[in-house]
Amino acid sequence: MTRTITYQKAINEAIQQEMAADPTVVLFGEDVAGGEGSATGEDDAWGGVLGVTKGLKKQFPDRILDTPLSESAIMGTAAGAAASGLKPIAELMFIDFLGVCFDQIYNQAAKFRYMFGGKAETPMVIRTMYGAGMNAAAQHSQALYPIFTHIPGLKVVLPSNPYDAKGLLIEAIRDRDPVIFCEHKMLYTMKGEVPQEPYTVPFGVANVVQSGDDVTVVALGQMVGFAQKAIAKLDGVSVELIDPRTTSPFDEEAVLRSVEKTGRLVVVDESSPRCGMAADIASLVATKGFDFLKAPIVNVTPPHTPVPFAAPLERYYLPSPDRIAAAINQLAATKERL
Amino acid sequence: MTGTASGTIPAAELLQAYRTMRTIRDFEERVYKEFQTGQMPGFVHLYAGEEAVATGVCDVLTPADYIASTHRGHGHAIAKGCDVVAMMAELYGKATGTCKGKGGSMHIADLSTGMLGANGIVGGGPPLVCGVGLSAKVRGTDQVGVSFTGDGGSNQGTFLESLNFAAAMNLPVVFVVENNGYAESTASSFHQSGIDVAKRADGFGLPGVVVDGQDYFAVREAAAEAVGRARAGGGPSLIECKTIRYFGHFIGDQQKYRAPNEVADAREHRDPLKNFRARVTRAGVATDEQLDAIDAEVAELIDRAVAQAQAAPFPAPESALEDVYVSY
Repeated sequence: MTRTITYQKAINEAIQQEMAADPTVVLFGEDVAGGEGSATGEDDAWGGVLGVTKGLKKQFPDRILDTPLSESAIMGTAAGAAASGLKPIAELMFIDFLGVCFDQIYNQAAKFRYMFGGKAETPMVIRTMYGAGMNAAAQHSQALYPIFTHIPGLKVVLPSNPYDAKGLLIEAIRDRDPVIFCEHKMLYTMKGEVPQEPYTVPFGVANVVQSGDDVTVVALGQMVGFAQKAIAKLDGVSVELIDPRTTSPFDEEAVLRSVEKTGRLVVVDESSPRCGMAADIASLVATKGFDFLKAPIVNVTPPHTPVPFAAPLERYYLPSPDRIAAAINQLAATKERL
Repeated sequence: MTGTASGTIPAAELLQAYRTMRTIRDFEERVYKEFQTGQMPGFVHLYAGEEAVATGVCDVLTPADYIASTHRGHGHAIAKGCDVVAMMAELYGKATGTCKGKGGSMHIADLSTGMLGANGIVGGGPPLVCGVGLSAKVRGTDQVGVSFTGDGGSNQGTFLESLNFAAAMNLPVVFVVENNGYAESTASSFHQSGIDVAKRADGFGLPGVVVDGQDYFAVREAAAEAVGRARAGGGPSLIECKTIRYFGHFIGDQQKYRAPNEVADAREHRDPLKNFRARVTRAGVATDEQLDAIDAEVAELIDRAVAQAQAAPFPAPESALEDVYVSY
């Protein structure tokens, strides 16, 4: 049965269903229930800082665990637990907190299998919230998924809608490698049709959101919706919109196939322009699809600055539907190179 | 046996403990020698001098328990039951190595024996054994996780976080600090202000003790108590073992920061193997002949490990592409 639910509810449901099905799935982190240790207050007071895991503590009191505010210990605990029989979901409340615990993720969890000659499995999921748009300023708004994408041994997932959020999270929990599951904070209230029953969306398979002939637009996470708004503003340009859904593994074929058809590529990404996903995808097409290109690739990204606080500054920072539309129009009008 | 609870240790276990310590010592002395020939690649940190710590702790663990080790990890790996021949091959970077030549000295791991890895990151291990503890607790097993950390590592945030984390979550974990007096070349009298690391346990509400890390029996007794407490649901403990590193931080370290006769003096008066031999022979639990026989067997094992490692093939170059992911 399919219902219309939010991205946030889709994530909650995926966790609930996998925990019900598999007693080795545990979820822990800062305030994932909230209220732990309070003598008089309510258990499950928060359910995560934005309430994404609300209600799960009651059903799984021994497997939904509040922890001390210690991100390194949380991430190391996930890695050690994954290597010794659990399927942990560790919550890194904001992706920006990566800086205090990166070692446990990229030197420990990501490398166990390789360093140990293929003898280890580290089936863990790090759920983390990212992205700008909530005036959360420079230390709570970043889109740092390219840093994880850079690390061999990690898989990186960025659902752009409720259906993908549930299916990709179930896939992540069942996967046997460490997965970084990046939830955009501005998408939690997004509604969409989601089947009630458990299902998976495979990694490394892009979603062709809409087909078109003139310009390929590749967008990730929140930028998928922004690109759709931009496309609605266009007049007479046929756009193929591709949502890769996962940055590692990455569906190179889907992008190259589309650019072969359109010859024109706009990449829209919320991460920083230097060594970000836009640069990476542009590099892919430049090295493996150069002969398809009729015009130079256009990247639409934030400027190379921290994320600013005030609303007009943050709006200026984020790629807007207007900027994306202008980029598409400009590229569509560029004369075919000889 | 004299002193402590060692009187309850069966003779066969004592002989095995001696064999383990002798294996570590000979392995390390031999690696030192072979490294000089230039055939052994990489950075190598030797454990000689600290044998009683790894052995005393691992002797109270079961194969199902896990340990997380350090960059100075050969001793822990041997004490936890890793195959010595495969370990030597790993140091040479050979296909027959513990990690198929992908890890080397600093990453020897064998999850089938509960060895969660030597670790190139100082302070990398303590959070990992919190995970072992959580896993045991959620799955309802009586497994215990033990991390080894040096005095240098005891100043890492990960170590201190893990003490608090394990205490708050009541995890079956034991934190062993091997205080060999130096964080690389920096004396612990400076970097710890001369205060025992074990005292830090007080601040996190868990038991902390200092033991003589050159004394197998003292280490084993403290470990038995801490591991028993963890297994019974009593939460984490900290054991600080005062020990001595016979070699430099790494092979090649000139050790100009040490007193000229510091190591020679320790080898003469505070050697864990000599100490052990004197205790068990004096108590009549083992004879010099028995221990000499073990020495000969271990020498033969190490010879064989080196010969097999040298003769083994290197991994196929394209195997560099394997085992990044389970699936991708």
